[in-house]
Parts: sequence; C-alpha cells; structure tokens
Amino acid sequence: MSGHIIVWSVTIAQLLLVGAMGCALLRFIRGPRAQDRVLGFDALYVAAMLLVLTMGIRTGSTIYFEAALAISLLGFVSTVALAKFLMRGEVIE
Amino acid sequence: MTPLSELPVWVALLTAFFLLLGSGLTFLGAIGLLRFKSFYERIHAPTLGTTWGAGGILVASMICFSALQSRPVLHEVLITIFMVVTTPVSLMLLARAALYRDRTEGNDDVPPFEPTDELSSGR
Repeated sequence: MSGHIIVWSVTIAQLLLVGAMGCALLRFIRGPRAQDRVLGFDALYVAAMLLVLTMGIRTGSTIYFEAALAISLLGFVSTVALAKFLMRGEVIE
Repeated sequence: MTPLSELPVWVALLTAFFLLLGSGLTFLGAIGLLRFKSFYERIHAPTLGTTWGAGGILVASMICFSALQSRPVLHEVLITIFMVVTTPVSLMLLARAALYRDRTEGNDDVPPFEPTDELSSGR
C-alpha cells in the first residue's frame, strides 16, 4: 500500500520535473538574448538536481544525495561565471 | 533498514504530499519562465522552483529516509542551506549584468544610470 503511494507519487513528480526541464530547455534554445539562455540553464540544473533527489527517494539509497549536492555546487559556480562574463566580458580579471 | 513497502501509510502520504507540492511548484515556475514577456519578469519565475520546489522535495526526502533508517536523517539540510544562500546571489548577479547590458545599449525600457554620479561630481 505505502509502496504504491510512494512509487506513484514519485512517478508523477518525475514527470512534472521533466516537464519543467523541457520548459527550461526551450527557453535555453529560444531565448532572445544571452541572459535568457543563462536563466534557462539555471532553471535546468535546479530541475535536474530535484530529479536526481526523487530518484534517490524511489530507490531508497543515499548515493543520489551526493550527486545532487555536486550538481547544485557546479551549477551555482557556472551561473556566477556566466553572469560575470556577461557583465565584464571576462570571467577572471 | 526497512524496505519501501513496509513504511507506515501516514509517512507515505506525507512524503507524497511534499513531493507533489515541490515538483508542482517547480513545474509552475518553469511555465512562468517560458511564458513571461520580458527578461525582468522571467527572472522571478524559477525562484519558485528554488525555494518551495526544492524545499518540498528535500522535506519529502528527509521524511522518507528518516522513516526508512529509523533515525533522523538531516543531511538534506545541506542542500537546503546551499540553495537558500546561492540562488539570490546568482540571480542578483545575472540581473545586474542584464541591466548593465541593457543600459549600455541604450534600451528605453530600463531605468537609466543612477543620477548620483553627476550629483556628486558636478556640484
């Protein structure tokens, strides 16, 4: 009973997160200017991190947590680097 | 460590509620990212996913793993703190960069450079 509840809710949550990733990817492809693409990339990695976490809930193993932590760390660094590049034309001055 | 099918039903229902809350809010934020008209409207939308979207899924993960391992599992708080600290920083940097780009190109729909410069230097 409770196994069914968790598996079904995780499936629906994963479908919603994949839909969110699709919207962010569409914005990444379509975005009229560079800052829109960076924003779409930011939303894309957040949704991917949440998708990895829901996979962890489904399998019941904590290894996925560390993957999610690494994704969020690298995503933050890359968003900051891209924003710095848009601002100054250089990442490290 | 108990298997997933032997959890109490209320734990499963609570986990399902927070999972659906978080993923639904993330999806709504992504739709907003797709549909808003200007960049400065669009930059608000994904924060729905980074605040309650991530929060709901992390709370669901905390509840589920605490029940599975019969002890409080709190390491998801790390991701929560990290998201709460880093999202405003990265989006503020991005918005400032976009504002700077729009101002140097002379677009009319953003406020011009602050008048404080000429006040302090001119008089």
